[in-house]
Amino acid sequence: MATSVLANDSQKFAELQKVIAQYKEQEGALMPILHRAQEIYGYLPLDVQNYIAEELGIPLTDIYGVATFYSQFTLKPKGKYTIGICMGTACYVKGAQKVLDKLQEVLNIGVGDTTDDGKFTLDATRCLGACGLAPVMMINDQVYGRLSPDDIEGIISKYKDE
Amino acid sequence: MEMVKVTIDGVQVEVPKGSTVLEAAKAANIDIPTLCYLKGINEIGACRMCLVEVKGARALQASCVYPVSDGMEVKTNTPAVREARRVNLELILSNHDRNCLTCVRNQNCELQELSQKLGVDSIRFEGESINYSVDDFSPSIVRDPNKCILCRRCVSVCRNVQGIGVIGANDRGFNTIVSPVFDMSLNEVPCINCGQCILACPVGALKEKDDTQKVWDALNNPELCVLVQTAPAVRVALGEEFGMEMGTIVKGKMVAALRRLGFDKVYDTDFAADLTIMEEGTELLDRIENGGKLPLITSCSPGWIKYCEHYYPEFLDNLSTCKSPHEMMGALLKSYFAEKNNMDPSKIFVVSIMPCTAKKFEAQRPELSAAGYPDVDVVLTTRELARMIKEAGIDFVRLPDEEFDPLFGDSTGAAVIFGATGGVMEAALRTVAEIVTGKSLENVEIADVRGIDGVKEAEIALGDITIRAAVAHGTANAKALLEKVKSGEKEYHFIEVMGCPGGCVNGGGQPIVSAKEHMDVDPRLARAAAIYQEDRNLPIRKSHENPSVKRIYDEFLGQPNSHKAHELLHTHYVPRKKY
Repeated sequence: MATSVLANDSQKFAELQKVIAQYKEQEGALMPILHRAQEIYGYLPLDVQNYIAEELGIPLTDIYGVATFYSQFTLKPKGKYTIGICMGTACYVKGAQKVLDKLQEVLNIGVGDTTDDGKFTLDATRCLGACGLAPVMMINDQVYGRLSPDDIEGIISKYKDE
Repeated sequence: MEMVKVTIDGVQVEVPKGSTVLEAAKAANIDIPTLCYLKGINEIGACRMCLVEVKGARALQASCVYPVSDGMEVKTNTPAVREARRVNLELILSNHDRNCLTCVRNQNCELQELSQKLGVDSIRFEGESINYSVDDFSPSIVRDPNKCILCRRCVSVCRNVQGIGVIGANDRGFNTIVSPVFDMSLNEVPCINCGQCILACPVGALKEKDDTQKVWDALNNPELCVLVQTAPAVRVALGEEFGMEMGTIVKGKMVAALRRLGFDKVYDTDFAADLTIMEEGTELLDRIENGGKLPLITSCSPGWIKYCEHYYPEFLDNLSTCKSPHEMMGALLKSYFAEKNNMDPSKIFVVSIMPCTAKKFEAQRPELSAAGYPDVDVVLTTRELARMIKEAGIDFVRLPDEEFDPLFGDSTGAAVIFGATGGVMEAALRTVAEIVTGKSLENVEIADVRGIDGVKEAEIALGDITIRAAVAHGTANAKALLEKVKSGEKEYHFIEVMGCPGGCVNGGGQPIVSAKEHMDVDPRLARAAAIYQEDRNLPIRKSHENPSVKRIYDEFLGQPNSHKAHELLHTHYVPRKKY
């Protein structure tokens, strides 16, 4: 039974089915299936976990327990742009917290969350290795340095309008 | 059985090979503290309360999972053991919502008992504490994660005994929480409301939705005629709440207590159980004779019904259309009783005392309102009734025995056995046998369907037909049975399923039996023994011989499965999604 997330993209769903078929009969199938499922969908939504549960014949709670235990699995979709604001020591003393507060205000989401339009995910990261430019953030691969809270609105609006 | 010799605290005992150190210690009259251990259900050595010293082992060992070997020497009461147990307990307490005074499990809590036993006299570790919202959206079960000690007894019973698994241990470390997936409520996941998790919980993290105030309010409302009915399994368990031995029959005291609480009439769901046999027996014969859907599967257990709706919707047409007995009773009270007494059904308030949390959900099903009002207004569990009796200051143990009110309080031995697994099947066969053969049944006891084997089978030759019957209790057993029916490996005419292991005597609304008591006594057997004793005590043991049931058909319903009977006593089911 293909529900929304699964039905939305038949190519991804076919891939997921292939992965499950490949591992199904093996002992310890769950971890590799979850890894591949996250690669395919970018995260592990309810529909995907439920489908895996049905296919493996185990309760959904078994899968959810594993998905929430390991930090490399995520239950939320990532946005088109992942914003990583550096909270390393140098950035922090140069006011990264204020930049983060501003990001939360402008995007109206908390750390780890994604905007409703699916555009932005906000992460607080450890040192990005660009301490000379502190405070620093990255939006996907693009680095922004020597930030002040006043810069944020302008930078975000560029991506918003794309 | 191969035996091994073990020395525990200097006492030598002989125990069967394969026993755990915990069991061996019990044989040596030593009571090792436990928290996560629940015999046969959760044996995982997680809580570290049962630590002991085993000679030669490199560290302290969890006795609940450590198997004995011949010549083993164990010490259960050394300074190292006492210190380790105590620190573990203090760490659990550091993060526990310690509002014992207002907790439903006050004085009936394994954590509280251990704190007292291990001499914890202060909270040494005041660290960060958890603060979760309480999940009280389900009409049956309330989940309070702030009281949870992560023992996983509920997780095991739900997943392994019931074959469901709607709660699990999620997240990790300090944030670990026993909960449904994706922060959902129990009300949003395919929980069947059986309440086995409540029975397994050592603390107050899982409890029934308390509806006693609704009943107090009704009793206090002069405009309402408040009628009460009691399920068969309540009378063999209620006494435990007042310190009486498990398996004591307290029918007469229970009736007396209900009258003293102020109910206008005290009726017996057993009357409706006899009625169920008339309706369901007729339905069975009709399906056999007219090529209807077989096997016919019983519908008395609302936990089982919800299980079928979520997990086996392809069997919904196999379910008997009979409402569960207390719902039949409610429908009759708001129709026949109302007419006879010239009352508006809106002024009749029906309370069901049930061993069951699933019946709280059932009572809210919109289709169960034959007279335009819910057939049953409030369902209370055995535990909630005990609370009301205590609050009212009624000295239960010293109450005289009283009788149910006539007509809807009249019943047979066939009805009382509904409370144990196999009982509905046995009661139905007692009646069906006589209808088919036209002869009086000599031996009414059908041993094949009694006892606590997960799946029981019986073949009963009745003239030209041999009825093939099967009984399952606990939904994991039901699942195994249904899979065999589905694959064609097994064929039956009639299947009884009870959602709870052991049937209603071990229902999720019954008195809670501690893990320690579970090591000595099996409530499924002890309470069922009382049920079968009560059957033997009664002068009439076949449903169709209940004179009051005959009267209801003569005066009101006509024949079993008549149009009127269908309107009032039968229902339908809906497929439900899982997630």
